[in-house]
Parts: sequence; structure tokens; C-alpha cells
Amino acid sequence: MDLAMANNVTISVNGEAMEVPSGTTVAALVQLLHVETAQIAVELDGNIAQRERWCDIAINPGAILEIVRFVGGG
Amino acid sequence: MNERDLDRYSRQIRFSGIGLSGQQRLLDVRVAVVGCGSLGSFQAGALLRAGIRRLVLVDRDYVELNNLQRQWLYNEEDAECARPKAEAAVRHLLRIDRESQAEPVVADLDARNIGEILDGVDLILDGTDNFETRYLINDFAVQRGIPWIYGGAVGSYGIAMPIVPGSTCCFACLYPQPPDGVQSTCETAGVVNVLTSTIASIQVSAALQLLCGCQCDSFITTVDFWGDGMRRIRQPAARANCEVCGLRHFSRLEGRRQVPISLCGRNAVQIHSLRGPVDLLLLKKQLLPLGEVRANELALRFQLPPYEMTIFHDGRAIVKGTTDVGIARSLYARYVGS
Repeated sequence: MDLAMANNVTISVNGEAMEVPSGTTVAALVQLLHVETAQIAVELDGNIAQRERWCDIAINPGAILEIVRFVGGG
Repeated sequence: MNERDLDRYSRQIRFSGIGLSGQQRLLDVRVAVVGCGSLGSFQAGALLRAGIRRLVLVDRDYVELNNLQRQWLYNEEDAECARPKAEAAVRHLLRIDRESQAEPVVADLDARNIGEILDGVDLILDGTDNFETRYLINDFAVQRGIPWIYGGAVGSYGIAMPIVPGSTCCFACLYPQPPDGVQSTCETAGVVNVLTSTIASIQVSAALQLLCGCQCDSFITTVDFWGDGMRRIRQPAARANCEVCGLRHFSRLEGRRQVPISLCGRNAVQIHSLRGPVDLLLLKKQLLPLGEVRANELALRFQLPPYEMTIFHDGRAIVKGTTDVGIARSLYARYVGS
């Protein structure tokens, strides 16, 4: 499907509402947000999305995501 | 417990979450703080004040003036004398409680010495400034079934998570590999002082609950004081195929992932990084405000008197001005990230 034609859905990312094309996967979202993938964990509707499955998991409308970044300083 | 301790800890004993039995446990346990920088120095003070007198404080660095902004235990005299942090911390803890039994360990924790240094501790607090040591602690803690509390902080953002082997996921379940390349560190990106004390407080809170025998909430807590405040998510279950807690392969503990180090020439240490390519232009940008940097596409030279670091594209580095491997590794962790 042409992304420009796709319907957008509203999801929540770290408490902020965000519009993404319908069918967006976790992997695509992470890319869209320009976050360093090696340094994050993604929680989708209360469960951590396994990294190996990010490409397969499509985000449903209304989904609640939390992206947590790991840092090394201290 | 004697009268004096009943008085000293009365406000914790009155708190139903700790009580007399919890307080007695705190007085009986032995806890390690690995890294006595901004997280660790705060943790050490809070743990001792809570009644944990049997502390093992591990750090490879000495106090510098720029530490005083956020490293709560230390003062100008420590910086002027360049006191090793572990020793300075023990001195200050004795002024808080003269019955403190905190032991200083001035060492670079690695696969060879971790078994001896952390032998017999009931819990490990993470106060380190690099991922390499955290993966080593994770291996050790999972192998021995000891809880450890991860914490990290850079800029205005920090994160904390308790890891209880057999009960929660481990660090490698969530985060199988350390990040490659240049990382943000407190040296390059700065750090807000109340952030580090907040993250350290969240870590100590989890530690006190576990040590008092309470079920610790298995959450990942993040804080961004300049961003979206404090957030919590539930930790996932342990991954069956996790290399560390699932398959019980302790490669870091066995030294197989240890970054090889060699002394090279007079007064220099070479770090043969296994971390792969480093973006030298990005690193140059991060280091420019901090000192003299010269770089081409193959190597970067950073002046940090009395040291000079040369970092190569493949991640290898030569630190001139010292033969102390701990100092070289510390500089690498602070300015490149490890």
C-alpha cells in the first residue's frame, strides 16, 4: 500500500498522542522516531515487545507504547 | 539491637514497611557499591544511614574538582589531594556513623577480581559509568543468584531497574548487546546533579525493599527532568533463550569478552577495543568543547593533560601519560563510552 494513501491511526508513545500510518510495525515506528535501536526497549500495551519480533508486530489503533532508553553514565 | 541503634533507626522501625525485623536485616547484610561516582557515592551514604554498615565500596578513580557538582560525599580537600574515591567515601562514612564497616576497594572490577571482591555480598548496587562493567556484574549476579540494581544517568535522563535472578528478567534479557560506537557520557553530554541523586534513590529504595525481605516491584523506572518526568513500565518475564539467565553462558565472567589491554611503550596503555567502528567525526564534535582535538578519518587525538588519548577508527585507543590500566579504561569509558 502506498503510505501516502494509507489511513493514519492514533497511538500513544510515552504518553504523547501520535499519528502513524495504519499497519506500522514496531520496527518502522522506531525508525520513524530516529532512536538508537540498540539502546532501547519497547513496551506495547503493557508487555515488552521482543526485539526479534519488532518487524512482525503491527501496532493497533489506540496502542500504548513506552520506549525506554538505556544509558551508561553514572 | 542496642538502645543507641533503636534510637538511630527509630523512624525506619516505625515505618511498617521496614519495622524492627527489617531494620535488623539491614544491620546484618553486606552490600557492594560498584563505582563511587555520582550514583555510587549517594548510594553509599543512603545505605549507611539506613543501617547497612557492612559496605564494600569499589572504584578505580580519584576525586576531581568537577565531581563535586554531583558526587555528594566528597569535598574540595578530597579533590585537592586527588584521593581515591573508595577511600574518600570510607572516610566520610565514618563521620556519619563511626561504627561504619565500609571497606574501600581501589580497583578496576574485571573478570579476574570480581569473584574475590564481591564474594559473600547480599546485593550489588550499580554505580558504574560504563556498560562493560554492568554486563560483568550481570553475569556474576545471575551465576550466584545475587540481586543487583541497575542505574544509569546522562544529561537530564536516567533509568533504574532491579534485577533479581530467578524472579525478574536479567539485564541481557532486555538488552542482549552493549551499544556500539560513540556514546553519550556525563563527560561529553553533561549531567544534572539532582538527576543522579534521584536515580540513586530509586536504586536504594529497591535495594532496601529486597533486603528487608519485601517483594520488590519489578519495574523499569525512567526519569527525564527536562522532558516527560518520571515514568514506569513493568519488567518483562525472563527470556528463555537469554544467553545469560536462560542458557547460563557467562562469557564476560569467563573473560572471553574482556577488552584486551596492553602496556605499550613508556607510560602508555593500549585498549584493543572489541566494539567495532567508532564515528570519529561525531566523537570529535563531542570532545571539541572539552579540549584540544585533532582528527582525520583514521584517528583522533584528544589532549587531556596530563593524558593524551589517541582513538582509532576501529575503536582501539592508546592512552598516554599513565601505565595504570584502570585510569586508561576509566578515561575510555568517560570520553568514548564502553
